[in-house]
This record gives sequence, structure tokens and C-alpha cells, in this order.
Amino acid sequence: MWWEYVVYFVNATVLAAALRMATPLIFASMGGILSERSGIINIGLEGMMLTGAFMGMLVTFYTANPWVGLIGALLSGGVVGLVHAVATVRYKVDQVVSGTAINIFAGGFTVFMLRTVFDVAGTSPAVERIPTVAVPLLRRIPFIGDILGHQNPVVYLALILVVAVHLFLFHTVWGLRLRAVGEHPRAADTVGINVFRARYLAVIASGALAGLGGAYLSIAHLSRFGDGMTAGRGFIALAAMIFGKWTPFGALGASILFGFADAVQMRLQEVGIPRHFVLMLPYILTMVALAGFIGRATPPKSIGKPYEKE
Amino acid sequence: MRNVELQQRSLTSRNLLVPIGSVVLALLVGSIFILVVGENPLYAYRVLLVESFGSINNIAGTLQRSTPLIFTGLGVAFAFRCGLFNIGAEGQLYVGGMVAAIIGVSFGNLPGLIHLPIAVFAGMLAGGLWAAIPGILKAKLGVHEVINTIMMNFVAYYLTDFLVTGPFHGGRWAPETDRVFPTAVLERILPPSRLNTGIFLAIVALVVVYIVLWKTKTGYEIRAVGLNPSAAEYGGISVARNMVLAMVISGAVASLAGVEQVLGVHGRFIQRFSPDLGFIGIAVALLGKNHPVGVFFAAVLFGALRTGGAAMDRLTDVPRELVVIIQAMIIMFVAADELIRRLVPRRRKA
Repeated sequence: MWWEYVVYFVNATVLAAALRMATPLIFASMGGILSERSGIINIGLEGMMLTGAFMGMLVTFYTANPWVGLIGALLSGGVVGLVHAVATVRYKVDQVVSGTAINIFAGGFTVFMLRTVFDVAGTSPAVERIPTVAVPLLRRIPFIGDILGHQNPVVYLALILVVAVHLFLFHTVWGLRLRAVGEHPRAADTVGINVFRARYLAVIASGALAGLGGAYLSIAHLSRFGDGMTAGRGFIALAAMIFGKWTPFGALGASILFGFADAVQMRLQEVGIPRHFVLMLPYILTMVALAGFIGRATPPKSIGKPYEKE
Repeated sequence: MRNVELQQRSLTSRNLLVPIGSVVLALLVGSIFILVVGENPLYAYRVLLVESFGSINNIAGTLQRSTPLIFTGLGVAFAFRCGLFNIGAEGQLYVGGMVAAIIGVSFGNLPGLIHLPIAVFAGMLAGGLWAAIPGILKAKLGVHEVINTIMMNFVAYYLTDFLVTGPFHGGRWAPETDRVFPTAVLERILPPSRLNTGIFLAIVALVVVYIVLWKTKTGYEIRAVGLNPSAAEYGGISVARNMVLAMVISGAVASLAGVEQVLGVHGRFIQRFSPDLGFIGIAVALLGKNHPVGVFFAAVLFGALRTGGAAMDRLTDVPRELVVIIQAMIIMFVAADELIRRLVPRRRKA
């Protein structure tokens, strides 16, 4: 029966897994939104995530407290964000070039550190991880409880973050200013908004959030760091941001959709659909969205252009 | 409109300031990392230099690692000349390499004089067509090519993952194709290094790109679009046509990196064989100022870093990843030309 197939692919177990897969994407795509809404392209999300994944593990290794590790990831991601901000805002480095440099740097830096600190090349030693929790009332709700009731606290943090970023962007004066800076920096400057400061803060926050997304992988989902463990998730987050049209809830939906694709790929392989084609979907969908075939995705107006004060 | 100055300034000392300053600065910052590991930077860099240029065999190794970077750097530079950022060289070289491998493992009865050129050209064609998609999307719909070339990288990874583990999986357990027939191999030149005739192909590509860009009408048009698309359009040059053409040529040249790796170095397509060759190609293009001569020297520098880095890893306590860090910093510094220009005069005064 076709119905049995649907239940095999779409059930609480798969959806719960989809949410877990989506979590790092949610963090990084929220970071991407903040950066790009301020007018700075951030293709360095991947490198920021990787740095966060490594530093989260490293701090946890020394403190034996994964929550402190999470803060370490947040700060280290923020530092990488600061580098991107200084390069693109202060020195007007091409934003794509800076992001590329950050991605290459993070790939080298994390393995360099892994080998220097632990004298291993592939994966770090195991560290403490943030354990999953069962939410008292939520877990008793049928179906919903099976998806949401028993997850890692970092997953809940991601969902809260989406609401927070939405409220910030569209319901606070700071969010309004940030969007103004990304759309019409000249006009924003004229009315007294500090364009440079807004961009600095947005890009630093972007790195910090991407760092959290990376740390989810190394100290919540798993309990170790592996060479290149983000495996392109920074770019999927970028895709989720675009597919979600630079809005928090849109990016959340896209992240869950892409997380779902990730979660069902093995089951699809079992019924003869090659999983590699499922894994391609986020990227193809994003290209289709950009081309305007499913409601045009339009980036903030002044994105990619350095701002010069007159 | 013909007054637009399209002549590339010659490689004067002023033009060399930023590239050389960037490399020096990156090496300086790199020495901090060497100190952290507890090694002497001068010693480590000496090892790096000697092991990349100190003997014929070392030079051959350096050139071998430079060969694919010439292709990717040249490809990225070509697109830059048209004002396009091709960040998809990585995907293009996988697609090109895969098609070359498919041709290479098929048609065992062809003579080498036919088999090898077909494999090479088919790979180029595939890479060019792959790059045409973001080119067309940019030219017709105005979609930024950066995002689309990134997205197509991942499509290329998964497509070749599928092909190399599925239909074209070789006889061995590892995720790789069978060995290509000897008739499709780019011969080794200086064994035991893996330097192969691909280096000649790279030099031909450098010359051809130079001629196309500066000695033909097409090249003039492509550069005109790169300098100022609206002025070019006003002057009767089709921006859309030249953008697509530039992406096709860019992708075709970049994909030769994959072709060379498959037919010359590995003799087969190996899943995810590229150590970021396409991304380092961006560094090569930037450092080489998007000029074939510059691209050649930048590729040799990065090839030397990779060869020397591997030796440094063996002979000292410095992990080879140091050279990746240095490469990333070169990209950043070369793009931050304002920073370099500010630093250099200051040092002279002191």
C-alpha cells in the first residue's frame, strides 16, 4: 500500500531526526540572515561553524563542562565573525573572497590545532556532551511529543533563537536599523544610524551563531570533533537562508526541509532511490528559488557592496 | 567607446607590491603558528624551501602540484576578467575529471592519438557546460553567479559520488573507478614524481588564454564587459553572450585540473580526490592578478607550499596544515590591498 510507504518516510521518528539534522542549519542560517540583512555576504558560515565545532570540543575537553564549551564556541565563532567584519567593513575586502579565505583557514586551523594539542589527525578524543532532556508535559502529547518531547536542549535553543531573531528583525528599532543598513546604507547614515557599527555587530553575531551550530555537532549531537565535520552544512545553511528568503521562519522551514532530506536519505536508498540525489535536493531547490520559479528569492539591496562614508 | 583603456598594465614593481607583501605577511603570521608548535620558523621555512626546490625531483613534485592549480587559477581568472566570480571550479573539475575517467575506462580499442584527446576534450566540454548553467542564470535572470556556482559544487560532489559508487564503480572495494586504459593516460615525465604531460597542457592553456583575452575580438569584448557592463552594452557588445561564453571557457579550463588529476596523477577517478584545488584556484587567480603570467607564478608558489609542507610535516613538528593556513592568509591579504599598501611605506620609514 502506498500509505505504508508514506508512514515509513514521514513518521515521528524521522521528523525528530529531521529536527536534529536541521538544528546546526538553523543556527548558521540565523547567523547568515543577520549578516546579509546588514549587507554583508557571509559564505564563511562553513568555516565559522567548523571553528565553533572545534573550539566547543576543546573548551569542553579542558573544563569537562559542555555548556562552557558552548560559550567557547559562541565566542570563537564571534572572533571569526570579527575577522570577516574587519576585512569586509574596514578594509573593503571582497566579501566572497573573505568568506572563502575564512573557510580555507578554518579547515587548516582546526586540523593544525587537533594535531598540535592532541597529536591526532582524524578525530579528537571523546568529551562530555550536552545530554538530551525529556520535556515533562510536551512529551505526553501524541505524535508532537514524539517529535519534540525528547530532544537535546540545544535543539530547543535553536527554535527559541528563530523567534528571537524574528522579533529582533521585525519588531525592534534595532532590527529596523539593521535592515535599513542592508537596504539603503546611505539613507540609514543620513538619519544618523552608524552603518559600520551595525555591520560589525551583525557579522560578529553571525559568526557567534554559526559557531553554536558547529558546537551542536561536536558537543551535543556527538561528543567529539572530526576533521571537516561540518561537511558543507554552512553552505546548506546559506541555501536555507536563501530558500527562506532571508526571513527567520522561512529559513527555519527550509532548514527542517533540508534536515528531513538528510534524515530520509538512507530509507530512500533502501527502496532504490539513490541517496546522492536526495542530498543534492537542497542545492537544486535553492537554484530554482533564486531563478524565480517558486517565488523569487531576492537578497537585500546593498548586499556585497562596501559602504564608504562621504 | 573605444577610448576605454583595456590594456593591462605591465607587471611593474608597483603592481607586484601587494602580491609579494601579502605572501611575506602571510609567512610572518605563519611563523607565529610555528613558534606555537615549538619549532624555529627559519628552520621550518628552510625545510619548506629546500624540499620544494632543492633537487630535480623536488622541483618535479612542485610542478606536479602546481599543474592543477594553473588550470583552476586560470579558469577563475578568466571569469574574473569578465567580472564574474567563479567559485565553482571545484565542482567543474570533478565533473570534468569524471567524464574524462568514463571515456578513459571505455573504448579500450582506440589508438592513443585519438583516445587521449577525446578524453581530455570531453572532460573540458563537461566542465564548460557545467559552468554554463550559472552563466546563463546570471546573463538571463540576473542571479548572482557566486551562489549558483557554490550550489553546483555540491550537486557535482553528489553526482560524482553517485557515479563512482554506482554505475562506474571499479573492481576494487574503494570508491574509485577502474584504471583508465593506457591509451588515455597523460604520461609521467620525471618518475618517481607524478609530474605528467598535463604540465604542457597547462602551459598551452596559459598561452591560449593570454591570446584569447588580449589578441582577439572575443577577449576584448569579455574584458570590456568585465570593466563596465553598461558601457560595453552601449558600445554594441552583448553582455549576456559574453558572460555565458566567459563562464564556459572558465569552467572548461578549470575542469582540466580534474582531467589532469584523473588521467595523469591517479590514473582513475577517486571519490572526492581534490584537496580544495578549485578553492585554492581562487587564491591563485587573486595572487596572480588574473593574468596568465601571474597565475603561473602563483600556482608554482602554492604548489611549492604543498610539496614543502608535506616535507615539513615529515621532518619537523609543524603539521602540514600550516600551509593551508598560510594560503588562506595570502588570499585575505592580497584582497586587503589597502592594508598592505599602508603597511609597506610605514616599514620603509622606520
